[in-house]
Amino acid sequence: MASTELKKSPSAPRGRPRRTRRLSSRDRAVLGLMVGIPALVHIGLVWLPAFGSVLLSFTRWDGIGGFDTIEWAGFDNYRQIFTNYPPFWPALQHNVIWLVFFLLVPTTFGLFLAVQLDKNIKGSRLYQSAIYLPVMLSLAIVGFIWQLVYSPEQGLINNILGRTGQGDLIDWLGDPSLNLWAVLVAASWRHVGYIMILYLAGLKSVDPSLREAAAIDGASSRQAFWHVVFPALRPVNVVVLVVSVIDSLRAFDIVYVINKGTNGLELLSVLVTNNIVGEASRIGYGSALAVILLAISLSFIIPYVRSIFREQR
Amino acid sequence: MPHTTYSSSASVTQAISRRRLLQGVLAAGAATGLAPVLSACGSSDSGSSTKSVSLGSNFSDAVPKKALQGIMDSFEKESGLSVKINTVAHNSFQEQINNYLQGKPQDVFTWFAGFRMQFFAERGLVGDISDVWTKIGGNYSDAMKKASTGKDGKQYFVPLYNYPWAVFYRKSVFEAHGYQAPKTLDEFKSLGNRMKKDGLTPIAFADKDGWPAMGTFDYLNMRTNGYDFHVSLMAGKESWTDPKVKKVFETWRELLPLHQTGSLSRTWQEAAQSLAQKKSGMYVIGSFVSQQFTGKDAEDVDFFPFPEVDSTVGTGAVEAPIDGFMLSKKPKNPEGAKKLLEYFAKASTQEAYLKSDPNNVAASKAADTSGYNPLQKKCADLISGAENISQFLDRDTRPDFASTVMIPSLQTFIRNPKDIDGLLGNIEKQKKSIFTS
Repeated sequence: MASTELKKSPSAPRGRPRRTRRLSSRDRAVLGLMVGIPALVHIGLVWLPAFGSVLLSFTRWDGIGGFDTIEWAGFDNYRQIFTNYPPFWPALQHNVIWLVFFLLVPTTFGLFLAVQLDKNIKGSRLYQSAIYLPVMLSLAIVGFIWQLVYSPEQGLINNILGRTGQGDLIDWLGDPSLNLWAVLVAASWRHVGYIMILYLAGLKSVDPSLREAAAIDGASSRQAFWHVVFPALRPVNVVVLVVSVIDSLRAFDIVYVINKGTNGLELLSVLVTNNIVGEASRIGYGSALAVILLAISLSFIIPYVRSIFREQR
Repeated sequence: MPHTTYSSSASVTQAISRRRLLQGVLAAGAATGLAPVLSACGSSDSGSSTKSVSLGSNFSDAVPKKALQGIMDSFEKESGLSVKINTVAHNSFQEQINNYLQGKPQDVFTWFAGFRMQFFAERGLVGDISDVWTKIGGNYSDAMKKASTGKDGKQYFVPLYNYPWAVFYRKSVFEAHGYQAPKTLDEFKSLGNRMKKDGLTPIAFADKDGWPAMGTFDYLNMRTNGYDFHVSLMAGKESWTDPKVKKVFETWRELLPLHQTGSLSRTWQEAAQSLAQKKSGMYVIGSFVSQQFTGKDAEDVDFFPFPEVDSTVGTGAVEAPIDGFMLSKKPKNPEGAKKLLEYFAKASTQEAYLKSDPNNVAASKAADTSGYNPLQKKCADLISGAENISQFLDRDTRPDFASTVMIPSLQTFIRNPKDIDGLLGNIEKQKKSIFTS
């Protein structure tokens, strides 16, 4: 992005004839360093290892010994993952559910809260801080907090409901048809605050004269919001979309604290970890899983980046 | 908590450190950049002097850490060598072992007996200590020596202590209801049904972390099919679709109604609490469970060996994981390191260690057991009377098989015990792909 801004800013004042102002050679050197060094670091720490992952995903390696112990495996890892790895499809499905849930529930609720808080009701500062507070916690800690809420015998919910007996307890985190939703609620609890603050900032920056104009034209406050204010929030919407996509694809900590991402809480990120970072040391296999995750991320990120570039042009 | 390979407090720090690790790595989509980074930070410089020995330790919990420090202090006095201990959180140590051993490991490091030890010996990542064993061999039983021996017949491991798995209960509960410790599976079942009528949960059960259920599987398999079959199944030599394995799961399925429900969201500590609170009657677990009992309650803890399933197989096999020490491949101070290993093998060292950490029993047969508490004595008797000693599923088989196949499979079974054939078919398919790679 740095390079596009660079192109843009000198030409911005006059528009058409580009690069009218010449940069001094010193400016150029400084800019070259400012762009070049981060670019090198980025390539070295992000793209090279990513490329290495892709290569490794076609091999079999237990991480012991030098590169000569790496065996070529072709597409075998991928074949195994798709056909002979029971946790894979559930993990993929859970990632998709996570994504859709994150785009729908915390976003809507966060927007709702932001609109309410934007009305300058009494004590809105207090509400704001209270709702934003969970965002400061790491997801691992959110996981711990919610385990206290969900624990079958000692947990808050079951004790309130009085369902702690052997026969009738609700197994929030152990029942695979429930636990993903339970965790999504916990993760959303944190995410809502984030979304709320983004929208609130957006709402504060909407020009009040827009609303006044809409009111003068006879729009109801609901109409004014959906037809005037909300469209003005478009940049915020894009940020929210990106944040939600990223957060749901990299979800890991919360399920890992809860049950190491097994039994209904499988996620691609967990499978990568279980295969690579742990003792299992199936480097090639785990890399193939990582590549699949990378491909999914790219399928969301590339359209976003393209639209950003298009706008700036 | 040295006894369990996964202590809960360690898993907390582990989850967080791993998370931090992963954030950086995954965000970049570059999971493989990891190996060199980890191995680089795996060890601290241990100095090249011949006056010091370095020790990589996973005794990270307070009690074992202090106990280890205690015996190291006396070693320093006795030998004139100084020991530099590098303690790493139990789970992190285990997770990073591959990279650790390929980096610059300490001269001596803590590890487990069994397949996990043999694996590293086979890959040439650890040092042969057969010469140490010619000196210390007399301290150990044959079973211990066997457990310390690699596939090539050389020794690689010095046992410090072990701890048995069994069925634990509270004496006061058994007395109050007039229960007798069952000897056979049928007696076990009818006792369970009696407990149910008495308003108790017969068998406390937890498998949230994926490993505790392995203990039940190990025992059922060893009682049904014998130790040898168990070992060769773990080594990938038997088929999981064999009717013998199916029978194990069928027996387990019959027992499941006696188990505490909701086990997949319960930690072993929580299940132990239900035993402590006299809500459950029995619990298949390792002797480290006694940590969950404090004061007078601790004296109330007792156990019986896992009951007999087949009278032709008997109850000779005992699951008793051994913890101990290994030599790294290129120790900076080989002589000092071997002296240290010899020191660990001494009965007096193990006695001193267990005084500070009384949840285990000494590995040496020469150790004086008069200082043991009654439970420790019973543990020691159970182990010394064993015909065969198994380590634990995740120590007896390949780590990748244990963690990526067995944990999810056993949890699937607990959740849905109906489809045994489908489950075993899946395990066998994955086993083939893992063991042939």
